[in-house]
Amino acid sequence: MLSHLPILQVILPLLGAPACLILGRGKLAWLFALLVSTLSFCIAATLLYTVYHHGVISYALGGWQAPWGIEYRIDLLNAWLLVIVSGSSTISLLAAQSSISSEIALDKQGLFYVAWLLCLAGLLGILATGDAFNVFVFLEISSLSTYTLISLGPNRQSLWAAFRYLIMGTIGATFILIGIGFMYIMTGTLNMADLAERLPSASESPTVFAAYAFILVGISLKLALFPLHLWLPNAYSQAPSIVTTFLAASATKVALYLLIRFTYTIFPSEFSQFIIPLADIFVALGIVAVFSASIAAIYQEEIKRAIAYSSIAQIGYMVIGLGIGGVLGLQATLIHVFNHALMKATLFMALAGIAVRIGATTLTSMQGLGRKMPWTSFGFVAGGLSLIGVPLTAGFISKWYLVSAAALAGRWPLVFLILLGSLLAIIYIWRVVEALYFKSAADNSPVKEAPLTMLIALWLLILGNVYFGIDTRLPVSISYEAAAALVEGRP
Amino acid sequence: MTQLFTHYNYWIVVVLMMAGFFIVIAQGNLVKKLIGLNIFQTSVFILYISSGKITGGTAPILQEGITVYSNPLPHVLILTAIVVGIATTALGLALVIRIKKAYGTIEESEIQQRDHTC
Amino acid sequence: MDTTAMLIDVAILTPIIAVVGILAFSKKPNLREAISLIAGVTLLAINLKLYSSFNHGEVLSRQWLEILPGLNLSFRVDALGLLFGLVASLLWPITTLYAIGYMRGHNEDHQTRFYACFAIAIAAVMAIAYAENLFTLFIFYEVLSLCTYPLVTHAGTEKAKKGGRVYLGILMGTSIAFFLPAIIITWLVAGTLDFQQGGIFPEQTPIALLSLLLVLFVFGVAKAAVMPFHRWLPAAMVAPTPVSALLHAVAVVKAGVFSLIKILVFIFGLDTLQQIPVSDYLLYLAGAGVVLASLIAMRQDNLKARLAYSTISQLGYITVGVLLAVESGVMGSAMHIATHALGKITLFFCAGAILVASHKSEISSMVGLGRSMPITMTAFFIASLSIIGLPPTAGTWSKWWLLTATLETDHLILMGVLILSSLLNIAYLLPIPLRAFFPGKQAVSGPVAIHEAPPAALIALCSTALACVLLFFFPNPLFELVSQIFSEGTP
Repeated sequence: MLSHLPILQVILPLLGAPACLILGRGKLAWLFALLVSTLSFCIAATLLYTVYHHGVISYALGGWQAPWGIEYRIDLLNAWLLVIVSGSSTISLLAAQSSISSEIALDKQGLFYVAWLLCLAGLLGILATGDAFNVFVFLEISSLSTYTLISLGPNRQSLWAAFRYLIMGTIGATFILIGIGFMYIMTGTLNMADLAERLPSASESPTVFAAYAFILVGISLKLALFPLHLWLPNAYSQAPSIVTTFLAASATKVALYLLIRFTYTIFPSEFSQFIIPLADIFVALGIVAVFSASIAAIYQEEIKRAIAYSSIAQIGYMVIGLGIGGVLGLQATLIHVFNHALMKATLFMALAGIAVRIGATTLTSMQGLGRKMPWTSFGFVAGGLSLIGVPLTAGFISKWYLVSAAALAGRWPLVFLILLGSLLAIIYIWRVVEALYFKSAADNSPVKEAPLTMLIALWLLILGNVYFGIDTRLPVSISYEAAAALVEGRP
Repeated sequence: MTQLFTHYNYWIVVVLMMAGFFIVIAQGNLVKKLIGLNIFQTSVFILYISSGKITGGTAPILQEGITVYSNPLPHVLILTAIVVGIATTALGLALVIRIKKAYGTIEESEIQQRDHTC
Repeated sequence: MDTTAMLIDVAILTPIIAVVGILAFSKKPNLREAISLIAGVTLLAINLKLYSSFNHGEVLSRQWLEILPGLNLSFRVDALGLLFGLVASLLWPITTLYAIGYMRGHNEDHQTRFYACFAIAIAAVMAIAYAENLFTLFIFYEVLSLCTYPLVTHAGTEKAKKGGRVYLGILMGTSIAFFLPAIIITWLVAGTLDFQQGGIFPEQTPIALLSLLLVLFVFGVAKAAVMPFHRWLPAAMVAPTPVSALLHAVAVVKAGVFSLIKILVFIFGLDTLQQIPVSDYLLYLAGAGVVLASLIAMRQDNLKARLAYSTISQLGYITVGVLLAVESGVMGSAMHIATHALGKITLFFCAGAILVASHKSEISSMVGLGRSMPITMTAFFIASLSIIGLPPTAGTWSKWWLLTATLETDHLILMGVLILSSLLNIAYLLPIPLRAFFPGKQAVSGPVAIHEAPPAALIALCSTALACVLLFFFPNPLFELVSQIFSEGTP
């Protein structure tokens, strides 16, 4: 049983989805989805533990050995991401039932969980697999279900956002498909480990170069890396609130994982270093992303949208970490992936709670909520502080590592740009904090606190933000090992 | 020059790809956008399949006297990709129907206009 | 485990426990304020115990936990920390007493939030005072900024919000943009952040880098209000007077200069500091700040604003004292922390008492007030003398040492600056009590019957005024404490 964990990780939510369909509507489907997601999380945690202590797990699907059959390969990098994705899914699902009750019609709720589990299966599949083509398949599974989830949003704009995301996402996925095709043409293999062995001998070929370029662009689209980020603010702000919580914490992280995997593991290192100044491009795009998105966030009236822009900025930070490179740079990125999942989930969860009670998340509608919904509002403040990078929150640790990496690489201007970026975060977070606490509401009708399950989920996240800001052993040690393994090419 | 013609399949791929991409970007009609997307994807399918073909090779069925087989793997892959493509198209069309119901139009410019006015 | 050392934990946790009590009894004002008072007295007792143990030569240090590899949250009692800790814990109960009179006399809202944030701020101050390394200091420095923000915006008016924005913007902005990178660079260069006698930088550290770091630190610690990052202090004057009194005359600004002294003495070390050419420029910048702030103070008609600029000027003295990089200068600065705290808090108490009793905040309207509020105005007079540095008040000693230090280092211009500024002090402080007692021919405003402030406030301001005088006659404990800053064994 234990040796089959890698495949169980993916197959469990995949089979859970149709089972959910049979269970039908409402609460039962929710409980079942929650159970499946929790089990996935437990599996991911077990995998992480095993990999951390006993090294890489290779699992041959159907017993067909690696280069011929499909291999599932779990190393620290994807085990870490598996935990993040399944964890954020579980936390979001915990709150989902209360959250969607006001946003989605009862007869559609069963289907909602089906799409959710499919999305989870797709994301986990991308992470677990060691086969390039498999990545594409799972990418499409997760994407298609994501479009569905987004289109379930409360306003008609959600349909339009979903459609646009569908077009952009499909183009991105097809680009990745082209890249994988080129790689296959050049090497005759789809197994990642195999590709890594064979690509260096073909690295002179323009085809390999083209493959890399296509894959990069495709992933950047899914990652919402500037300037390919235009789909994200619409998609995030129009989706059902709880879907945004889940997606913000997981979907872009998975795209980032692909970027790391293709750059560090599969393609030869001289590729990303010499042929194109990739590191510089990453840093430049990251900086532009941080500033343009943060400034855009400052001017948003709709707070879900503002925080969505903030996600683009945070992706910028992660890409900057990649661009700085070295163990420390990569470690900074990996730590930020985790911490960002925590803080964004907190922020969107708080917004979801507010949306349930007052039906909107515009700045004016949130005025004076600090007194009416103190527990939920505090969630926003806590997430915001973490986003800014205040000490004793998780965000501070991210910032510390990112700045350390930049300083150690001797990139002084970058140090200040990174910090300047977080000053912008103060502005867009503080606008909301002032509205919540220091403005009186237009009408004084009482508003109830968010439903209990949402509060529990929110406070778990808040505690997570604080806990991982104080006890950093887990993310720091794992990200260090994972980064060192990637940079030094250790198996 | 011979390179140009012997690899004519790639030229078809490139032309289809560009055509599809252009339609996705340039057309305002959502259904036409989806058609463009399909053409775009199909070009990639052809790229894969044609790469598996070996001149003189036959279908990969073990038989006496045949030594050259075409590579079957791309076909298998593309079978999957086609399924994915169909699913995408289906979902896209479903969304278009919903959009038509909600907005009363499937023209991009009109949708955006209606979003801004309300 | 050393039980006396655990008193450090108790010192930091006492205010936190008080917060719980304050929140629990938010509906019972008497009990709530009693808790604040008891906690204050307890804290003072704890600090006195720490003081006596320290004098017996005990090494008191506590390590909480390791946040990042090599970076601990740890505490250690040293002479400078004790000085700061004692001053803050002595003034907390007195201020609480005063606040009870003031807040009730003024019928302020949100008193629970007020007392709770106040207590958290004191906890942060304790942690800053006993921080063993720069990392710990920084963390609580940020906590202090955040938890005093609700106090600044307490009134909730548009003006208060604006003040709060400036306050948080400058304090957080500088600490993130300058202080944090300086710490990270220090960590990368020196490999440690522990405060050590003689500094931590390796000898071969390039002077250019040290200069950069020095500038970053001096501007990054904006709580020290070195011009041009002083704007937050006048902005913070929208807060209720007890807040201005304790936090913006004592805790927050003193945390700033305290951090500066700690950094310059125990991170750079005086010997290294002397070799950094840029310290001269900073010295003159601080000197210019001293005079400029005094000049601006003269033009303020709002009493609290005048006091705020006076504070900026006096903080300049302390900064100058440390930047001189000689022992007498540092000792003078350390003493000035204590003497200025006593003097300035008395002045603020008086300002608040006048506001509560007569609703006057402009200096021009206070002419002749000495008749109806003789006690308050006498206290004001004594405190003014102390700020100016005239006997028989405590301020004499610290200014004496500071002047000696300028002589010792042949900075005659600076000596002139300090003397000039003291003259300006006379010009803008003394006329207030003098004209209150001797209005001359000017018409005494209004026949409205004005009485002294509530007794709680009076007791508070008398006791601090008395302390100003007592410290002049019995300065020995203070001398002994500051002379131990450089003795071996402390940090």
